[in-house]
Amino acid sequence: MTAIPCTRRKAKNRQAIADNRAGYLFIAPWLFGFFVFTLFPMLASLYLAFTKYDGFGAPEFIGLENFRTMFSDPVFYTSLGVTFKYVLLLVPFRLAFSLLIAMILATRNHKGIGIYRTLFYVPSLLGGSVAIAIIWGKLFGADGALNSLLQAVGLNVTRSWVGEPGTALYVLVLLGVWQFGSSMLIFVSGIKQIPESYYEAALIDGASAPQRFFKITLPMLSPVIFFNLLMGIITAFKTFTESMVITNGGPFDKTLVYALYIYRQSFQYYKMGYACALSWVLLCIIGVVSIFVFRSSESWVHYESKGD
Amino acid sequence: MNGKKVRKALAFHIPVILLSIVMIYPLAWMIASSLKENSQIFTQAHSLIANPPHWENYVKGWQGSGRYTYATYFSNSAFVTILSTIGAVASSSLVAFGFARIPFKKKNLWFALLMGTMLLPSQVLVVPQYMVFKSLGWLNTYLPLIIPQFCGSAFFIFLNMQFMRGVPSELDEAAKIDGCGWFRTYLSVLLPLSVPSLITSAIFSFYWTWQDFFGPLIYLSKPKKYTVSIALKMFADPTVATDWTGLFAMSTLSLVPVLLIFICFQKYLVEGVATTGLKG
Repeated sequence: MTAIPCTRRKAKNRQAIADNRAGYLFIAPWLFGFFVFTLFPMLASLYLAFTKYDGFGAPEFIGLENFRTMFSDPVFYTSLGVTFKYVLLLVPFRLAFSLLIAMILATRNHKGIGIYRTLFYVPSLLGGSVAIAIIWGKLFGADGALNSLLQAVGLNVTRSWVGEPGTALYVLVLLGVWQFGSSMLIFVSGIKQIPESYYEAALIDGASAPQRFFKITLPMLSPVIFFNLLMGIITAFKTFTESMVITNGGPFDKTLVYALYIYRQSFQYYKMGYACALSWVLLCIIGVVSIFVFRSSESWVHYESKGD
Repeated sequence: MNGKKVRKALAFHIPVILLSIVMIYPLAWMIASSLKENSQIFTQAHSLIANPPHWENYVKGWQGSGRYTYATYFSNSAFVTILSTIGAVASSSLVAFGFARIPFKKKNLWFALLMGTMLLPSQVLVVPQYMVFKSLGWLNTYLPLIIPQFCGSAFFIFLNMQFMRGVPSELDEAAKIDGCGWFRTYLSVLLPLSVPSLITSAIFSFYWTWQDFFGPLIYLSKPKKYTVSIALKMFADPTVATDWTGLFAMSTLSLVPVLLIFICFQKYLVEGVATTGLKG
């Protein structure tokens, strides 16, 4: 009588062992990559942050020296300021704009909506490329298309938008906003998933359009907004190509974003220990900001529970 | 009634068309400028008319201004992109199956770490990775760009997992009853069914590698090895560049593969963005 459950248990055990092995075999490529290309470099970078290291000899342990240097390094503060300004300008603007356009495209039923959606998406497809960065710099140059357009309507503008300290960063922000298409697509699909019946019920109750937006659309979309916000912040903190190609950090370091400063320290000045320290500060900043966003999300992100 | 409808349609289309023009203008301007005469490019710069079109800019631009022509750079980019994409798609699919279907110990821990790597700023890893590749003698080769892709990418693993979760598990249970092991189940059930997510991963991998700038920038220093994005950047240096039309022509050309793939696989792309929030 007892033999049957016993063998069954044994068989089950054997199965569990086999599953375990199969599972690890399947994830082996990622596991290997995780240890070799992520975890080890991360720990190495943490150690190097406390060393003086030019990439050739052996790293020399110097304790907190790199961090002391950092806190008295004016360029560190400049690049941090530039990056924060970039993030604070780009992320809310792009988020609001993509939500607005998504609302317009998702709630109306006109001909050609698919074409508009495609046209708006194409820039986010190409925007990260070096080609576009080069073009962007020329568009906003002293003899670029923007000035030429303004001159054609009678304004005599000859300033270089990328060359002047006051406007250079805005040109980069604009390039980011121009790529609103991918978050727009995410919003469109989010809006389309909101059950039509919610709006019908609200209409019966006499809710106005703004009320429907703030009481239904916005709360229902909040998980998507949260996702776009978080990913937007993280990628904006890491921005590199635009600043490197369009302005190379200039004029007067006004567009010297943090990632470009790390690149210079590591691959142009060969201060690799210092660069690691800088990158750990970036990691901490992104971590703190992400935690802040996560915490705040508890009060504004609305998750629909399946139960009710 | 009808008049109101028309007015409503106009109120929608006119602003949206204006926005479309603004959105497309930089691209149109790039193409138009690539066909202008060098002296025209910054006089009447806003004009989108290149009359007559100077197609020879493309021939001139193709020659590049260094020792190598763009034939070298394009084939380098193609080489890196194709191998990286094969690696990323194949291994991400395998890993996704492991996470989506097989019960194993510490799965939640590994999965949390997998998701964590998506948020990790790559800057933190750059210096040590560079040193590792340097000590392996991989500088100035494509290996640092390609080999890590063969370990799968968190985004594509997640994308494929999401897709596999949508496949009813009765299907693999049926395969099991028929005596299939996990690998056979993967090959004969899940893999063929997840073709859409494989295509989406392949497209994004293609874009990211084709347009990648940072990796080639730090690992490739010999012009012979340059990918298109590095070549463009080098020739855009104001102290070198005089032939702007040629540069515009090559910039345009560098975006053609991306646009072609977009046109062919639009459906997969739009779905990929919508379901996982992948950035284009």
